[in-house]
Amino acid sequence: MVQLFAKAEKIYPQRTHGLFRTLKWAAMAVLLGIYYAAPWLRYDRGPHVPDQAILIDLVGQRGYFFGIEIWPQEVYLLVGILILAAIGLFFATSLLGRVWCGYACPQTVWTDLFVLVEHIIQGDRNARRKLDAAPWSIGKLWKKILTHVVWLLIGLATGGAWVFYFNDAPTLVDGLLHFDLPTLTWTWILALTLSTYFMAGFARENICKYACPYARFQSAMFDRDTLIISYATERGEPRGKHKLGTDWEGKGHCIDCTACVVVCPMGIDIRDGLQYECISCGLCVDACNHVMEKMLLPKGLIHYDTENNQKRRSEEIATKVPASRGRMKWIRPRTVFYATILSFVGALMLSAIILRTETDLNIIHNRSPLYVRLADGDIRNNYQIKVLNKTHVDRDYTVSIEGMTPAEIRLLAAGDVAVPSLKVPANSVGEFRVQLIDHTDGAARVPITFILKDPVTGKVARHVSYFIRPQN
Amino acid sequence: MSNKNKGKKPNGEVDEVTGTETTGHEWDGLKELDTPAPRWWLTVWLITIVFAIGYWFVYPAWPSVSGHTKGLFGWTQYTKLKAEQKEIIDRQGAYLAKFHKETFEQVAADPAVYEFARSGGAVVFKENCAACHGTGGEGRKGYPNLNDDDWLFGGKVDTIYHTIQVGSRSTDPDTHATMMPRFGDILKPDEIQDAATYVLQLSHGQPAQPGASWIRGQAVYAANCVSCHGEDGVGNRDLGAPALNDAIWLYGGRRDDVVESVTNARAGVMPTWKHRLSDDNQRMLALYVHSLGGGE
Repeated sequence: MVQLFAKAEKIYPQRTHGLFRTLKWAAMAVLLGIYYAAPWLRYDRGPHVPDQAILIDLVGQRGYFFGIEIWPQEVYLLVGILILAAIGLFFATSLLGRVWCGYACPQTVWTDLFVLVEHIIQGDRNARRKLDAAPWSIGKLWKKILTHVVWLLIGLATGGAWVFYFNDAPTLVDGLLHFDLPTLTWTWILALTLSTYFMAGFARENICKYACPYARFQSAMFDRDTLIISYATERGEPRGKHKLGTDWEGKGHCIDCTACVVVCPMGIDIRDGLQYECISCGLCVDACNHVMEKMLLPKGLIHYDTENNQKRRSEEIATKVPASRGRMKWIRPRTVFYATILSFVGALMLSAIILRTETDLNIIHNRSPLYVRLADGDIRNNYQIKVLNKTHVDRDYTVSIEGMTPAEIRLLAAGDVAVPSLKVPANSVGEFRVQLIDHTDGAARVPITFILKDPVTGKVARHVSYFIRPQN
Repeated sequence: MSNKNKGKKPNGEVDEVTGTETTGHEWDGLKELDTPAPRWWLTVWLITIVFAIGYWFVYPAWPSVSGHTKGLFGWTQYTKLKAEQKEIIDRQGAYLAKFHKETFEQVAADPAVYEFARSGGAVVFKENCAACHGTGGEGRKGYPNLNDDDWLFGGKVDTIYHTIQVGSRSTDPDTHATMMPRFGDILKPDEIQDAATYVLQLSHGQPAQPGASWIRGQAVYAANCVSCHGEDGVGNRDLGAPALNDAIWLYGGRRDDVVESVTNARAGVMPTWKHRLSDDNQRMLALYVHSLGGGE
């Protein structure tokens, strides 16, 4: 008989205490705090502009992040952010292993939060196991229902916070309280409520094991100097039960208590060595350190260490040299490589933001026809011009040409009306037609530069184009 | 990994490292493990199958001899397209209603409606006019360039609109119908050559020392051409007689072209668009053509 499937064993991670558990709590508090609170931060940008510090305004086609304002034309900044995020992950991974997975990944953070809820309502590992194995009873039912209700509420808060990033938060809360929101908003809230509920309540470590591509390709960033959760085999083996006060002679320091196994949220035994499931969260380190303390042994039988350190230590033990301290080799070709890309892209992004202009100019030289011969023999070129006024005040730009002195510059606004200057309202795009007229003799193709000047601030925007005459 | 499967199947070969049975398939010494799929995976797979069956009923799916199954809600891409088109037409409606009742002057003073009409005109132009006048209205021999400032019948929005309505030498009773006669039947070839000399000089500027041909040509022009093309070749828009004193030549500005035009005459034809386009579309077109650069 072919076995169609293997049931995944449910993992009941036991609560532990210690440095890394504390770090995880801290990371959870900070990250969830940022996620839920950030949309409520206000940032004054003046009138007629949203005052939400972080806002993706899809309808208005603007992205706001404190003092930074992004137009659709500047979406390359998003590319930069994605590159920074990817290389940042690579860099951290090559140095510290999968700490992103262990501490900061939303899947980990929300799963941790959901397990906390389980722990509060149903108790620790053994109590939860017993409860699952027990026949259905009123007590079991209400505990289970309460757990799922709290999970759904957290999911609701997650979905609710998500939509705040795309709408003015206080306005949205008002709509939420009056059940008066667009269908799309409700859909997003529902989708994120359910996905949070399923991901953190049920899928949990399976996402990391089977679904997450980052989990898998992070192994490509590993080398022998990357920090990984290591079990000191040379010290721990041969493992076996130990009674306090008896002699350690011939025995390893691992007392085979499986404390490291029961706390593992991924359900692995770290003593088997580095495994693709390990998310480097360090909970087994905390668990083992407690045991070592009780056994009056030095901590760190399981610890963050590199493969090279482990190897060296084994050799030192084999050759009876006194064990040296672990060394961390921070500067390696791959870390230097990632750091270089990171600083390069970071510098590019920074300069893009610093050098971001208030005004952008786009000019298209009409191609059909390239030039027009007028009745008096002069040549006219037509241009479509778009002026992006990114400031929050109305502007009135003057236009001049560099590279030639045309006989006439004609600016045309809507209604085919000749205008002396280009009026562009605050925070908007102005579209105009420009006509340059010049005499027929001269070079067939004259490179020119359009110069747009804001007389108030004196700031200019430039755009390169050309003036075309008939050949000969 | 779990070793639970170890030894479950006595007839199978069990891999030592994983404790999993192999399928018995071997490629270049590598044997395939028969690792069972996780239960959740199988569940998701089964759900997708059920989902697919649901799909058959909800959407048009199965072909039949005379057509196909219609789906429970009658959804088709075509109805979706219609709905989306309706949404766009509804959105246009607000502008269209305004444009419909406003005069050209009022439209010009209303930037939003003007740009709407101009964009609409651009689309109508590319669908109907570009075949002769070019995609940008640049024209070609015999088909006027609509970007320049030389107009046969006038370059105001109103006159452009009128020309679109009635066409040129078209079937419309009000059309611009005047025609230049074939002077090949009236004048001698020498006289035509002289007229060409004079006409070309109208465009290029009068010579300091008029030649004999020019002087003869001036007389020919005064006797035959001036009634339509006017004194000094200024043209006559009421008749659609082109100005001859400018740099623009609809049929070419070389001597041969001019001689050919005079000998055999030219009579370009533009159909009436009254019955092919809606009045709104014709007015949009007029605005668009006017905006190409030569509008008066």
